[in-house]
Amino acid sequence: MISSFRNALDSGKFVVTCEVAPPKGLNLEQTGHHIDLLKDKVDAMNLTDHQSSVMRFPSIGGALLVKEMGGEPILQMTCRDRNRLALQADLLFAASRGINNVLCLTGDSVMLGDHKTAKGVFDLDSSQLVAAARTLEKGRDLGGNDLDGAPSFCAGAIVTPEANPLEPQLIKFEKKIEAGAEFIQTQAVYDLEKLKDFMDYARQFKVKILAGIILLTSAPMARFMNKNIAGVNVPQPLIDEIAGAPKGGAIAKGIEIAGRMINQIHSENICDGVHIMAIGKEELVPEIMASAGLTPAAS
Amino acid sequence: MIRSITKLKSEEEIFRLLEGLNRIFIIGCGTCVTLTRTGGAPEVAAMKDTLLESGKLVTGRVVVPVACDNLTSEILAEELGRIEQADALLIMTCAFGVQTVSSQLKRMVVPALDTLFIGKESGSGQFNEICTQCGTCVIGETGGICPVTVCHKGLINGPCGGTNQGRCEIDSNKDCAWTLIYNRLKELGRLDSMRKLQGPRNFLGEPTPGKYEMSES
Ligand code: SF4
Ligand code: SF4
Repeated sequence: MISSFRNALDSGKFVVTCEVAPPKGLNLEQTGHHIDLLKDKVDAMNLTDHQSSVMRFPSIGGALLVKEMGGEPILQMTCRDRNRLALQADLLFAASRGINNVLCLTGDSVMLGDHKTAKGVFDLDSSQLVAAARTLEKGRDLGGNDLDGAPSFCAGAIVTPEANPLEPQLIKFEKKIEAGAEFIQTQAVYDLEKLKDFMDYARQFKVKILAGIILLTSAPMARFMNKNIAGVNVPQPLIDEIAGAPKGGAIAKGIEIAGRMINQIHSENICDGVHIMAIGKEELVPEIMASAGLTPAAS
Repeated sequence: MIRSITKLKSEEEIFRLLEGLNRIFIIGCGTCVTLTRTGGAPEVAAMKDTLLESGKLVTGRVVVPVACDNLTSEILAEELGRIEQADALLIMTCAFGVQTVSSQLKRMVVPALDTLFIGKESGSGQFNEICTQCGTCVIGETGGICPVTVCHKGLINGPCGGTNQGRCEIDSNKDCAWTLIYNRLKELGRLDSMRKLQGPRNFLGEPTPGKYEMSES
């Protein structure tokens, strides 16, 4: 067994993952609190890697914390900050500590973050990082040299099912699978008809797909995402629905919407699971799951 | 034609670089910086006024035809005296010009411009960076559009997740390279070459600093 997350994917059950952000600084209290609250409820939790190019405690440190606390981490790794030597080294280190789930991302531009004049690395891209993990598994590194001790990974990547234009994104998606991605988390989806269209196409590939769910917390937040986040389209009826919530009830409405969507994805068997992004409101993940009618992941 | 694209440094930076240097000779260039209006005759004249207003002494100024070529003996004959009176040369050319003048005259040089990129004029007054001379050209598989340069991240396997309506995540005024490449390859009926999973790039086609010597034959 390389990971309980791989087992969950293979078992055919409806898989639930969530996200935990390492702190800005050394105070791990809140991160630890979120891990403690969620570790027995979800199948695995993603540790974000300087999300939006904002420097934080490292994802690998967060992943170790999850491991120490008895949870199942998915190590997010971007290609923004490390060249191929550092990425391979970190993959080896992760595997040595029993962190075998890795989500391979290209990473945002440093210009979007809080160290805007830093050098963006991008020595590899997301598909090449997946391939790097698979190369290490074969006992070799990217330089073609033999390794003394080879790791194993459950490697994944992401896709944006509503990217515009879509076809270039799908070509990249297929390359990630060719490189060896066995699971795919999607960018946030809100239009389940469009998600079904994507899944009609994606089902031809041997890959598990977890639909991305971002908790809506207000109508302005939904409009902000529509304007600023590539490939995220919150349909107007959903914006109206959350705008129409009673005063102070927007978050409850957001939980209800997320729960309803997850429930439909589950009951209609649209995807293999969901990846819940509560962005700063991780303590609400259990409520979202309850509202979706999901019982905590019993393994 | 390719052009060296430059931008005037801030006055603050220029005066910081000129601190303690009072007698200044200004050099502009008649080629790229004249076209981009960053170091032609009018800009050199304006710089002279700025320096005078702040109490500097301008020993002279010249706009040479091509600053990345060595200064000709005619220019030197005419200007060398005023150049030698100066504490520093304030050079309003691209960094190729600054370095050429510096190595020829062996005098203190202060660049007044930042050199941004080597660009191609793609419309009147518009310049684009389309090649960064990486040494391992890949555009045979990308429809003649350079992902190394035109993609902000230099990605060679297709778009990142930041593409938004065909624009780049860093600037909605910049096209996403991979939308351009996709459209071009589609037009050419060659999308297959975009489907090919490319291995890690060779970043050292010619290790920096590049050097080339023609072999004798
Ligand atoms: S790949 Fe791009 S940067 Fe490299 S030589 Fe070709 S056009 Fe220039
Ligand atoms: S949006 Fe397009 S051009 Fe910009 S970094 Fe991503 S792939 Fe490259």
